[in-house]
Amino acid sequence: MKIYGVALLAGCYFSGLLIGEWLGMLFGIPGNMGGVGFSMLFLILLTDYLKKTDRFSSDLEQGMGFWNSMYIPVVIAMASIQNVDAALHSGTVALVVGIGCTVLCFMLLPLMSAAFKNSNPTDGADD
Amino acid sequence: MERTIDILLRNGFVLSFLIVGLIMFLTELASKRLFKKRIPGIALAVVSGLVLAAFGKEKGIADVGIFSGMALLGGNMLRDFTIVSTALGASFQEIRKSGVAGIVALFTGVTFTFFCGSLMAIAFGYRDAESIATIAAGACSFIVGPVTGNAIGAPSDVITLSIAEGVIKVIVVVIGTPLLAGKIGLTNKHAAMVYGGIMGTTSGVSAGLAATDVRLVPYGALTATFYTGLAVLLCPTVFYPILKFFFP
Repeated sequence: MKIYGVALLAGCYFSGLLIGEWLGMLFGIPGNMGGVGFSMLFLILLTDYLKKTDRFSSDLEQGMGFWNSMYIPVVIAMASIQNVDAALHSGTVALVVGIGCTVLCFMLLPLMSAAFKNSNPTDGADD
Repeated sequence: MERTIDILLRNGFVLSFLIVGLIMFLTELASKRLFKKRIPGIALAVVSGLVLAAFGKEKGIADVGIFSGMALLGGNMLRDFTIVSTALGASFQEIRKSGVAGIVALFTGVTFTFFCGSLMAIAFGYRDAESIATIAAGACSFIVGPVTGNAIGAPSDVITLSIAEGVIKVIVVVIGTPLLAGKIGLTNKHAAMVYGGIMGTTSGVSAGLAATDVRLVPYGALTATFYTGLAVLLCPTVFYPILKFFFP
């Protein structure tokens, strides 16, 4: 039953959001602290467990997989409901931060690679 | 005619599937034919979404009657639900395969990007922790920005700004990767995994690596997938409180 997959996904979603709300309350912040991140963590743990115990049926996977494939369409719809007028006034900020941070990250790569030259991945994929 | 419009108005949500599907089809076509895949269809589609939003007001295109369904499809609920489902392809065994370097790259990538983004936001004169955190999170990707912004209650124009930043990042990554690959040593699987961890933005990394060396794509995409999860976890829970401490 594909709906079981969707239901488990919804279960992970709410578990994560609840933790995010509680953390927000704990730190006195009127918002959800990392709820989505916790939900993802739960989903990874759950699917890992189901795979290990050989109970992750293709039906379960398809139920979750459909929503996975809707991610990009949802992002596009999200872009279309933004307050673009207000953001255009600070368009330079988007350009400078978007380009600036990315270029700085590019420069970080050779440093990172050099630092880890001798630590190959555990399965020796660096052949 | 009246009755046709009435049908569209009453079925806004289903109509939004049709609209988004059409946008993706056209941008994919444009990406192949006009840009020779240099700019991925996804980036073009998100830009088209933003352009569409300009026809509306505060709620973007959803302000226009027949497009009201877009507010549900692109709203916070489905956005967060589908983001969670992207963790489906990830597993801790996989990340372990990338070794210490992959994990360190992930944490360094998210932290470094957020740090640079915060400094730039402050330089531009933002003084509230919510806006600074959202702009810095937008530098991670076009999804980390709005998720963080909504979670901590940032102003709507700053959230839109963070999406635009993320789109610009995708374009820079896709164009920059093949150009700089040799200079930054992006020539093997190992480097590709570190690269995915530092850059995040899965669509940009996948397309950029595809233009560099197709064999590297799965390795970069692997760590990049974890990047989003780590960033939406760290930005509101760890980084935002730190900013709040300096900008109460």
